[in-house]
Amino acid sequence: MPEREGTYGLLAEFDTPSQLVRAAENAYAAGYRRMDCYTPYPVEEAAEAIGFHKNEVSLVCLIGGMLGVTAMFSLETWISVWSYPLNIAGRPYFSWPAFVVPAYEWTILFAGLSAAFGMLALNGLPQVYHPLFNAPNFRNGATSDKFFLCVEANDPKFEPAETRSFLEGFAPVSVVEVEY
Amino acid sequence: MLDPVTGEQRVIAPGHTFKSVTEKISRIVLTPHTPLGWFAGFTLAGGVATMLLVAVVWLFLRGTGIWAITIPVAWGFAIINFVWWIGIGHAGTLISAILLLFKQGWRNSINRFAEAMTIFAVVCAGMFPLIHVGRPWLGYWLFPYPSSMNVWPQFRSPLLWDVFAVSTYATISVVFWYIGMIPDLGTLRDRSKSKIAQFMYGWLALGWRGSVRHWVRYETASLLLAGLATPLVLSVHTVISFDFAVALVPGWHTTIFPPYFVAGAIYSGFAMVITLAIPIRKFYHLEDMITIRHIDNMGKVMLATGLIVAYGYATEVFMSYWYSASHWEYFMMWNRMFGPMGWSYWVLVTCNIALPQLLWIRKFRANPALIFLMSLIINTGMWFERFVIVVTSLYRDYLPSSWGTYRATRWDYATFVGTLGLFTFLFFLFIRFLPMIPMSEIRMMLPQAKIRPEAELSHEAGD
Repeated sequence: MPEREGTYGLLAEFDTPSQLVRAAENAYAAGYRRMDCYTPYPVEEAAEAIGFHKNEVSLVCLIGGMLGVTAMFSLETWISVWSYPLNIAGRPYFSWPAFVVPAYEWTILFAGLSAAFGMLALNGLPQVYHPLFNAPNFRNGATSDKFFLCVEANDPKFEPAETRSFLEGFAPVSVVEVEY
Repeated sequence: MLDPVTGEQRVIAPGHTFKSVTEKISRIVLTPHTPLGWFAGFTLAGGVATMLLVAVVWLFLRGTGIWAITIPVAWGFAIINFVWWIGIGHAGTLISAILLLFKQGWRNSINRFAEAMTIFAVVCAGMFPLIHVGRPWLGYWLFPYPSSMNVWPQFRSPLLWDVFAVSTYATISVVFWYIGMIPDLGTLRDRSKSKIAQFMYGWLALGWRGSVRHWVRYETASLLLAGLATPLVLSVHTVISFDFAVALVPGWHTTIFPPYFVAGAIYSGFAMVITLAIPIRKFYHLEDMITIRHIDNMGKVMLATGLIVAYGYATEVFMSYWYSASHWEYFMMWNRMFGPMGWSYWVLVTCNIALPQLLWIRKFRANPALIFLMSLIINTGMWFERFVIVVTSLYRDYLPSSWGTYRATRWDYATFVGTLGLFTFLFFLFIRFLPMIPMSEIRMMLPQAKIRPEAELSHEAGD
């Protein structure tokens, strides 16, 4: 990726989650769309406020689970019926009730791994660099006790001075400019 | 401390803020002054774990003949310990997954180290079948892979189901644990002062920055993993009970096995959580986060699962003495209770059924010292349960001329005690280097986390 310069966005810091949610709701109502909240624990109301309602993790998980059950059940059938048929106490080669158990385990294995790694992939993690960490106050609180709202510079409605005064209207601790 | 509104014990002591919670928990990991007690415990546990190393090396050199297993008792300590350890692990998954689905908020303080306990218990458990196969370097033959020998595993055997159940369980437990830790690793990355710690935690945190979009997906993934881990944990011990129940041996061949194994697993697992939680909360002064409420609740879970286990024993006795009308079943149960190894059955009844009835008393449950003692008793009892199932079903089979006995050798004991050391050793590493209480989930439980409407907000701003 070519190195980018300039402003990533304006970062407002709040002391309480309620203030953050109020600011985010108002920013969304004012027409800002490219923004994100950063909180030390999941604040569902903040996600609602910025218009993030649904995610695809469940779908990824479902696909993974179906893949797992199909893979294992087919493997068992192929091995026991065609590749290496063994007569075990006269049971049929296609002993599907016995095959259910490993297939069940692999459903869970694949679904679980898909949910976990799918979540990371959809989040764009692992990520080695993010401009927000350039903000001096971000590292000090985003993962412990402060609540942040970042309006990004590539939002069509973004005007440095105007957006700053808009954010300052919600009594934040500070509003800082984040550089790339 | 009682909550004035609900009249119940509080889950978290009052007066904590986002900052105080973060500091209290992250300081344990980030402190430059490791407590001397930690070094003492770590060294001791490491020493005991070395015994395991010696025992396993000797086993690899000499073979399984150094153990007491023989015919008719071909399954001995290795299987007893395997089932015991994996059962202990199950409480971790229960706390992290099932209680999450039931929205039991109190679990938040104890779920991280209960999950760690799961993983370390599975490490100890998984080793036993592997070293029991005799030629552990060929252990990969258990998995289906295209080999030049053109042979494949036999999928109608519960022992092969076990391979898939336990390997899936280990994988999902590790993933669930790690995913749950990512936000806290981000906190440690941001709060650590040393370059090495920043680098290591930064690497492990994968660039977590707490975006609410990430949080929403993260919460979905956590819920899904919890929803998947719940049937998984039930299936794992069910499959382990199939190892016994599918066989035609009297004492093993019963349909009560799956539910009663699962209940027993949770029973012993909660006992182990208490065994770990009470010293840790004392040593690291975490009485605010792991409160009497937690200990009381865990006592109740133990009482409930203990009664299910008691019901399982009663069903077994009823089935073999009266209902089965089978001579072999009748003899097995008589022999189990009054035969030469009958003492082990009565140890089991005392530790698992009789003494735990004290948990009905609220004062007893709320006393950390007493409940700690009870947790040790229960885990002893649960170990004997597996001993009774494995050994007393096998040592006197159909033909009196082939009857034998079982006397564990010093290598059996060394291996078992060694895994206790390994478990403790890994746990010491965990509490020193990783956040043992999930900070993000504790913050969620604080009263400040509640979003208040705008009207109240402006009122607050005015005063």
